[in-house]
Amino acid sequence: MSAGEERLRDLLVHGLAGEAPAYHAFLKELSRHLRAFLKKRLAGLPDDVEDLVQESLLAVHNQRHTYDPGQPLTPWVHAIARYKLVDFLRRRGGREMLTESLEEAEIHFFSHAETDAAEARRDVAKLLDQLPDRQRLPIMHVKLQGLSVLEAARLTGMSESAIKVGVHRGLKALAAKIRKPG
Amino acid sequence: MKTEDLVTMLATGEGAVEQNAAARRYTTAIGWGAFGATLLMAVFLGVRADLAAAALLPMFWAKMVFSCALAAASTIAALCLARPGARLARVKMALAAPILAMWLLAAFTLAGAPRELWPDMFFGRTWASCPLLIAMLSFPTFVAAAWAMKGLAPTRLRLAGAAIGLLAGTVGAVVYCLHCPELAAPFVGTWYLFGMLIPTSAGALLGPWLLRW
Repeated sequence: MSAGEERLRDLLVHGLAGEAPAYHAFLKELSRHLRAFLKKRLAGLPDDVEDLVQESLLAVHNQRHTYDPGQPLTPWVHAIARYKLVDFLRRRGGREMLTESLEEAEIHFFSHAETDAAEARRDVAKLLDQLPDRQRLPIMHVKLQGLSVLEAARLTGMSESAIKVGVHRGLKALAAKIRKPG
Repeated sequence: MKTEDLVTMLATGEGAVEQNAAARRYTTAIGWGAFGATLLMAVFLGVRADLAAAALLPMFWAKMVFSCALAAASTIAALCLARPGARLARVKMALAAPILAMWLLAAFTLAGAPRELWPDMFFGRTWASCPLLIAMLSFPTFVAAAWAMKGLAPTRLRLAGAAIGLLAGTVGAVVYCLHCPELAAPFVGTWYLFGMLIPTSAGALLGPWLLRW
């Protein structure tokens, strides 16, 4: 395992244990590696790279409970990024647009990083607006305004567990919306 | 929304993640699936009348162990396929071992029996219904395991579908052991396996459609 991967794995493991700053650092760094990975493989579709970076980040977040700390990080992240990339290309009906083999990509996943974020075309904030209130409000208060679950519950009149469920299901619904073209 | 803002949004307000989520989901799924299958078996088929006597025969237990070993192996397969990037090498061994063992036992049984008994040992009296009944008993686990898989992260959907189908088939077979009157190894090694492969094929067919995320 490379030193970079080791460090990222540590950040993720701490993040999974509930340490928000570690998790934030993990996602931030991961987004750079995702961008490099996707940019290289979507050379013909530069405008879609940032959309797919965001879609992959959301996927990693929603599926983070499937990471086993005993497992190396690279194959896990690579499998998710690859799955989202192939799914995206299938939706577009253009698997042939893959400019680089996916099989050899795994070992190099964490050796490339790309900091320059282009504008995403699909605005996640707009997709958020399409969610029903029981999901939109918890995400708005807890995840965008940074309120605690208790505060969000008081403000909305929802129960604390409804807030938690709303955040969880809302992010899943967001991931489903992000997959739809348009 | 910029990617940086999305990162901040995702990282904000998240507590610790529950550990062993996959194992928990599958435990729940197998529990409900086995309960459903037992109910179906008890209502539509009935427990074999001589179960107490049958339980004294080694072949009854060989059949049970065969089905349970495959159920365990397919649970491991389903767990691996629910986790992105997990390796499958050992899973293949775990799946192959009980099947090879049963076939070996079947070969010995046939070799030690007169030729005119072979058709009986192979077809028994219930070869035509056995696979279909196992497939029927697999249905509750199929639904429950699909639910479990859907909440995780399969990236090879056809294989993941096959794995939950096989898991369902093996749980169905374990429960079917309590009803089934057959005890010959050639029968079990053929028709039980065939029964398990019905939901496995259904899972492989439906996987890409059912398990997308």
